[in-house]
Amino acid sequence: MTRRPSFPTRIAAGLAAAAIELFARLITAVRGDWQGVEPVPGLRVYYANHASNGDFVLIWAVLPKRLRNRVRPVAGADYWLGTKIKRFIGRHVFNAVLIDRVGGGPREAPVEQMAQALDEGSSLIIFPEGTRNLTDEVLLPFKTGLYHLAKARPDTDFVPVWIDNLNRVMPKGEVIPVPLLCKVTFGAPHRLNGDDRDAFLARTRDALLALAGDAA
Amino acid sequence: MIPDLVILLSWIVGLLIVASVIGGILEKTYSADGQNEAIENLTARIRAWWGMVILIGIAFLAGRTGVVILFALCSFAALREFVTLTNVRRSDHWTLIIAFFVVIPFQYWLIWAGEYGIYSIYIPVYCFLLAPIISALRGETDNFLIRVAEVQWALMICVFCASHVPALITLEIVGFEGRGVLLIAFLIVVVQLSDVLQYVWGKLLGKHKIAPRLSPSKTVEGFVGGVASATLIGASLYWITPFTSLQAGMMALVIALMGFFGGLVMSAIKRDRGVKDWGHTIEGHGGFIDRLDSVVFSAPIFFHLTRYWWA
Repeated sequence: MTRRPSFPTRIAAGLAAAAIELFARLITAVRGDWQGVEPVPGLRVYYANHASNGDFVLIWAVLPKRLRNRVRPVAGADYWLGTKIKRFIGRHVFNAVLIDRVGGGPREAPVEQMAQALDEGSSLIIFPEGTRNLTDEVLLPFKTGLYHLAKARPDTDFVPVWIDNLNRVMPKGEVIPVPLLCKVTFGAPHRLNGDDRDAFLARTRDALLALAGDAA
Repeated sequence: MIPDLVILLSWIVGLLIVASVIGGILEKTYSADGQNEAIENLTARIRAWWGMVILIGIAFLAGRTGVVILFALCSFAALREFVTLTNVRRSDHWTLIIAFFVVIPFQYWLIWAGEYGIYSIYIPVYCFLLAPIISALRGETDNFLIRVAEVQWALMICVFCASHVPALITLEIVGFEGRGVLLIAFLIVVVQLSDVLQYVWGKLLGKHKIAPRLSPSKTVEGFVGGVASATLIGASLYWITPFTSLQAGMMALVIALMGFFGGLVMSAIKRDRGVKDWGHTIEGHGGFIDRLDSVVFSAPIFFHLTRYWWA
């Protein structure tokens, strides 16, 4: 665990969190729909579709306040360490697990980082498509990271999370968001159950697509 | 402060207290564990009514600026719900950004400034012509007429019509100076009580569905009972208006009828889009448009009738 941040940092982080949440609610009036699970802490990975930079802000905004510090988004270090403000928000507001996407390190490192965060009692938010979906496809194929994490921690619940409409709020290449209602749907959890890679990735992806069908 | 406004607000608060007590008793008796959905919805609605009355009360006491800001925010929330259900796409992005962040503030600023000559044509003429130009410049032709028409309709309903509620405060009526906020109170009280009473009469006596395909819960008995009682209530509220009691009753009749048909029209849109409510923002009621649909249809008519004959 990192050491506890200073008092002014925590105040600033609290204010930033309130401002981000207010803005997200003003634009999207986002609502969480806990269909398949209850919002409780635990050995849990929320995996969601990724169409916009605002995706995990919406998931984070619909989490009950007491959960927010215990649910950590997994994000690319290259993006979140880019500027001072992003670094502050990534580290102190969202408490992100920052992954080195650009390379250099060994390939297992990201999975290890995530597994360690789980071991510390946090839940995770990950986007298994690996990158933002800017195509017309509903959902891109999953990267294998989800499977490797499941194999490293087989007792983990993988909860599908469908974020509806945010891609219309901020289509690719646009900077200013259009206010539209958004909804975040949480489905029933999946475990590895001894599946091989392709079976597990297909099963989890289908579960997310099923939520997308319900939301439409 | 206007003594009549305080009296009216006290009446409304009294009514809500009675409603809350009845709701509380019903809940204790029939739905102690939240098992009766109708009663849960009723108490959720009453709770939301408290919130709405408190907000409107604060806006009324803050006068013209307060009312204008409140309805500008309502327009924003309503437009957000409306656009969510339309076919607009990527190429309409800038049209929508202008609708939300330029048209709403400008229209309400015109209302605040009392610029009747401009605010009554700004959306029907200028936005009507400029919005399709912006969309056309992006070059996407799929469903063009549908998309353009939807944006215009959304602006007319959610911004233009809704802005006629605060516009009532700017009417200059001889002998009624400084009491414009009471006209708004009259409109809102009549419309909302008409909605509530249609529901109550419908539950008590309703047998014959009036528009089964649009709105299965609306009945002839509810319609007649609700509109008639709202007319009587309007007539008895003449003391807050510049009207005689007969005139106030006639106004209330027009308001209640427009409100009823407004609800039907907005239901038709919801059915077509396959949704039950416009949104989820007001607990128990659905979205802002679910609560505002009857107000937006009656506000411009009430505004113009009052303006022609009294201002």
